[in-house]
Formats: sequence, C-alpha cells, structure tokens
Amino acid sequence: MAMTVEDVRAALGARVLVGREHLDREVRSACGSDMMSDVLAFSKDHSVLLTGLVNPQVVRTAEMLDIVCIIFIRGKKADEKLLEMARERDLVVLETGHRMFTACGLLYQAGLRGGAV
Amino acid sequence: MEDAIILKYGISPDDFTRAGEASSDVKSKLKQMGVSPEAVRKVAIAMYEGEINMVIHAKGGEITVQITPDRIIMELADVGPGIPDVELAMKAGYSTAPDEIRSLGFGAGMGLPNMKKYTDEMKIDTTVGVGTTITMVVKL
Ligand SMILES: Nc1ncnc2c1ncn2[C@@H]1O[C@H](COP(=O)(O)OP(=O)(O)O)[C@@H](O)[C@H]1O
Ligand SMILES: [Mg+2]
Repeated sequence: MAMTVEDVRAALGARVLVGREHLDREVRSACGSDMMSDVLAFSKDHSVLLTGLVNPQVVRTAEMLDIVCIIFIRGKKADEKLLEMARERDLVVLETGHRMFTACGLLYQAGLRGGAV
Repeated sequence: MEDAIILKYGISPDDFTRAGEASSDVKSKLKQMGVSPEAVRKVAIAMYEGEINMVIHAKGGEITVQITPDRIIMELADVGPGIPDVELAMKAGYSTAPDEIRSLGFGAGMGLPNMKKYTDEMKIDTTVGVGTTITMVVKL
C-alpha cells in the first residue's frame, strides 16, 4: 500500500508551508533526527524527514538525499528564506505541533517504516 | 581522459549557512548531464559531508571535481589543522566539533564514515599544521 505526502500530512494534522502542488507524491519511508549526518547516513528513495532543527542545512540535506518532504516538529518556525530555498528545490514542507516521539509514532501507526539502513 | 570535465569551487569558511552550495551545484550539473540518480546521490552526500568538514574543522579550501565517462573524482583540499589520528577520526561517532556546531545539526561524528560508505575509493592525505586533502571516487 503506497502512501502519499497527503496521507502523511493527514496523519499528523500538519500544515502545508511549501509545495501544496506536490501532495500526491509517493512516500515510502521516514527518518527522524536533529543531526543531519544521521540523516545523511540514511538514503532511501521517496523519504520524508522529521526534524526539530530549523536552518538552511536541513534543506540542503534534504536536497542531497532527494527527500520528498520535510516535516518541522513541535511548532518549530521556519523563516521565509528557508521556505524560499525549499520552494526552489521543489520540496514539500510541513509543520506539526506534535513532538518528535508522537509524530514518528503517528506515522508508524499510519503504516510508514524506517527501512533497513 | 580527453572527455574529462573539471569543476572547481572555492570554499569560504565564513558562512556556515552557505556551506553546501558547491555540492548543490555539482548535484544539479550531474543531473543535467544524465548521470544516474544513484551515482548523483552518492557524489552529493559524500561531497556535502566533506564540504561541511572544510567549513567547520578547517578554514575553507578548494574542491575540484573531475567527471570522466567512467568515474567522478572529488578532491577536497584545505589548509586547516590536519587530522592527528585518521583511524580515530574515521570511527563512527568520533567528533571534535564544539557544541555550537552540534546545535546546527552537525558534529555527530558520522561525516567521514558517510563519505567512506557512499564512495568506491577514499584517500586521506593529512599533515598536522599543514592541511588535509581528501580524494574520493564514485564509479559510474
Ligand atoms: N578537513 C578536516 N580538517 C581537520 N580535521 C578534520 C577534517 N575533517 C574531519 N576532521 C576531524 O575528524 C573528526 C571526524 O569527522 P566527521 O566524521 O566528519 O565528524 P564531525 O564532522 O561530525 O565531527 C572531526 O571531528 C575532526 O576532528
Ligand atoms: Mg563532519
């Protein structure tokens, strides 16, 4: 059963900040971390990234890994410059009020997995 | 070697927010050239980790990327402090990065292991007090 970015968004009750036109994209795995090298060690197709880190390197990390969607957890606020970078790279950016543990749990429950590293 | 394309980038140590611009440029150029997505991603990740290291551990430097029909060779040269114990530095989790860098999302000690993981060959030439040159190859 394939999931889409919209399924992920709905499971988290998340708000779309960037990429409303790409919500039908396929999602196959997820990775959650505030350390970008941990994320870079994880390279799977069609992944979403959950993070509490908000800086331009999050967008660059997503770019290098061809990540489909960045999810900022527990209400972390991304500034316009970061959102512009994400737009230029055709990424989806979501924002949820849930903390990392709960956000990951909700996505796991919705059927998403981490995938073996 | 007649078909080699060479790209050169100066890496500035001053602005952490711009670190990764060179890797980003290489990634889009390789994509345009029709290199396989798998190889593009390996090059992008390895070079990005190396570029970040040049900014956080050294004082910038120069990156040269050579694209040939059968391989991509990345050479990252800095005039930073050098690496006293390469074997130790290669260990997953080993990092000398300050907390300030960790709060920016780096300094987990996974950079060099990631560079090794995503490339087919990796060589570190380093002299304490002189600098470090890391050469990585991704076969196409
Ligand atoms: N270009 C470099 N110049 C000097 N030291 C380096 C360089 N690259 C890596 N190192 C050293 O090797 C350690 C491990 O590097 P790495 O695996 O990328 O982890 P991190 O960057 O998270 O500390 C660094 O903490 C640093 O001490
Ligand atoms: Mg590093």
